[in-house]
Amino acid sequence: MKSLSRLLAIVKKEVRQLRRDRLTFGMVVGLPIIQILLFGYAINTDVRNLRTAIANEADTHLSREFIADLGQTQVVDIVASVSRPAELEALLREGAISIGVHIPPDFDRRTVDASRAAVHLLVDGSDPTILGVANQLRSMPLGFDTMRAAANDVGNIEVRAYYNPERRTPVNIVPGLMGVILTMTMMLFTAVAIVRERERGNLELLINTPVSSAELMIGKVIPYIVIGLLQLALILVVGRLLFDVPVRGSIVDLYLAAALFIAANLSLGLFISTAVSTQFQAMQMTVFILLPSILLSGFMFPFDGMPRFAQYLGEILPNTHFIRLTRGIMLREAPLGELLPDVIYLAGFTVVAMTAAAMRFTKRLD
Amino acid sequence: METAGNYAIQARGLTKQFGSLRAVSSLDLDVPRGQIYGFLGPNGSGKSTTIRMLCGLLVPTEGTAEVLGTTVPGDSHSLKAKIGYMTQKFSLFSDMTVLENLQFIAEIYSYPSAERKTRIANLLDRYDLNDQAKQLAGTMSGGQKQRLALACSVLHHPELLLLDEPTSAVDPQSRRDFWANLFRLAEGGTTIMVSTHYMDEAERCHRLAILDRGVKVADGTPQRLQASTGMHVVEVTASDPYAAQAALDGVDAIASVTQLGVRLRVLIPDDVDNPVGLVKRALDAAGVSAEAGASEASLEDVFVAVTMQNPDHVA
Repeated sequence: MKSLSRLLAIVKKEVRQLRRDRLTFGMVVGLPIIQILLFGYAINTDVRNLRTAIANEADTHLSREFIADLGQTQVVDIVASVSRPAELEALLREGAISIGVHIPPDFDRRTVDASRAAVHLLVDGSDPTILGVANQLRSMPLGFDTMRAAANDVGNIEVRAYYNPERRTPVNIVPGLMGVILTMTMMLFTAVAIVRERERGNLELLINTPVSSAELMIGKVIPYIVIGLLQLALILVVGRLLFDVPVRGSIVDLYLAAALFIAANLSLGLFISTAVSTQFQAMQMTVFILLPSILLSGFMFPFDGMPRFAQYLGEILPNTHFIRLTRGIMLREAPLGELLPDVIYLAGFTVVAMTAAAMRFTKRLD
Repeated sequence: METAGNYAIQARGLTKQFGSLRAVSSLDLDVPRGQIYGFLGPNGSGKSTTIRMLCGLLVPTEGTAEVLGTTVPGDSHSLKAKIGYMTQKFSLFSDMTVLENLQFIAEIYSYPSAERKTRIANLLDRYDLNDQAKQLAGTMSGGQKQRLALACSVLHHPELLLLDEPTSAVDPQSRRDFWANLFRLAEGGTTIMVSTHYMDEAERCHRLAILDRGVKVADGTPQRLQASTGMHVVEVTASDPYAAQAALDGVDAIASVTQLGVRLRVLIPDDVDNPVGLVKRALDAAGVSAEAGASEASLEDVFVAVTMQNPDHVA
């Protein structure tokens, strides 16, 4: 009973301090919104509207039709027409365009001659994504309508996209982004939580009161679990409104997975807080863990495509497992029961980190 | 525990080693109940370390202490409810109001909820904080912060109050008021252990211990310490105190010369006869015009005398 009232006293204190700490409070709400807007709009792996210039030396009916087809793909955005290929190179060098399309004078004849290229694509190869797009353009059919039909019969590979048929990046990004945002905020809040009190001198007062280590730890974590779940709701709502990101599976499953993930991050944050001696160190440690959580978790790059060693590192991070859970639940409609290994990992991680934190934190100064 | 009847704290051989630094060395302490016990020493003499060992924040390298019947190191957790501790640095929450801080302390010490309001109202009255009740603690003056810290440390009626240099950041008037509050608490039966580097504060204590580089070099009542320095004190008043000091520094029998404005306090061991004559002869020989007369030892003289005798002392 006394223990519960002490726990509540800590919770109340944390909430009071949080309310007065405008910066942190702003981070709770602002960070998810800013991140989701940034990532949602800026990270686009489906490349569109690459600036393109055309040098059409043929200027025939067929070549003009080809240019029109090219424009319709929406992959390129034709911003200029020049007369000579040298001008294309100049534009490319200036950075004015990403792709230059050179159509030689004998274009019509070349389309029926398989040994000679009908079109030259001049590509800014410094960005591999653009180069990849250019390679896709190679498969565009060329030639007269009659021949086009014939070409389509040969080696025609149809790609059917499951779960994200429109191939929109936000659908894939937002579930992963939940993990990144929660990693960042949850870990930072708790990493700073104890070390801040140490820096301000509050800790010496606290550890001289009857409050126990466990009461202090749990009391500090509870408000942030609530905050984490609120952030999750915020991300889901914004994701839905702005990017039409669906939650196909059970929302309860999603919240259960998130609660587990939040607990894992808070425990890790507490552990950091007991291991460092200044807030600055706590932030450095947070960034140290945050970066691989973005790069190696499957958030930015497909997990299976990463080198083996990077995969091993990724497997350690809670975010990797959470991203599998969220993408599974939100996009593939998978029930939590089918994602059990990731659930078990997160639970185990929490227990280990929390135990380590509690063992490191003593109510002493030496 | 029998000793608990008479003493709030009994420490034997308390030692704390930080790496190669011996912060506190074989300290014995007997702090009687209901008294104000002073802990006098310069910065770095081990006062804070000792207080922290007594309340269980630091584990002694050697030695033990009996605090309110509980052995330290050991079950310091059960001790927490019985002691109040005021840290050297302000340790309450700057981003909470005075009232919120008091409420938090009341909750954390599980003060009976029915009486919380009355107790907090009493404390606000007693420590003159009514006008600041809604003010954020971080925005208050040094004296107000100190009163809040004292109010918080006594809220749960501790038997023992440990105060670590409580007056180092406040003005003289606040210091006087603060001590008036301490006497009132002591009259109410609270044992108070207070560390300080102010001589005038040390003089107000019922008993005191003088610490120098982790070693206790003297303890007793201020009067007894002043009576038993083992030194004659000669006070010299000179128009040119520098010349007077230069004249006296070279004399073998003189243990120390301390300047206080235009006066010099000269310490001469007990076994030297006619100390005033000795001083006068030395001043005359140097051609310095000054008056010299015997004086009672002040606590400052005691401090100079005992730290000089500490074998660890580096002159």
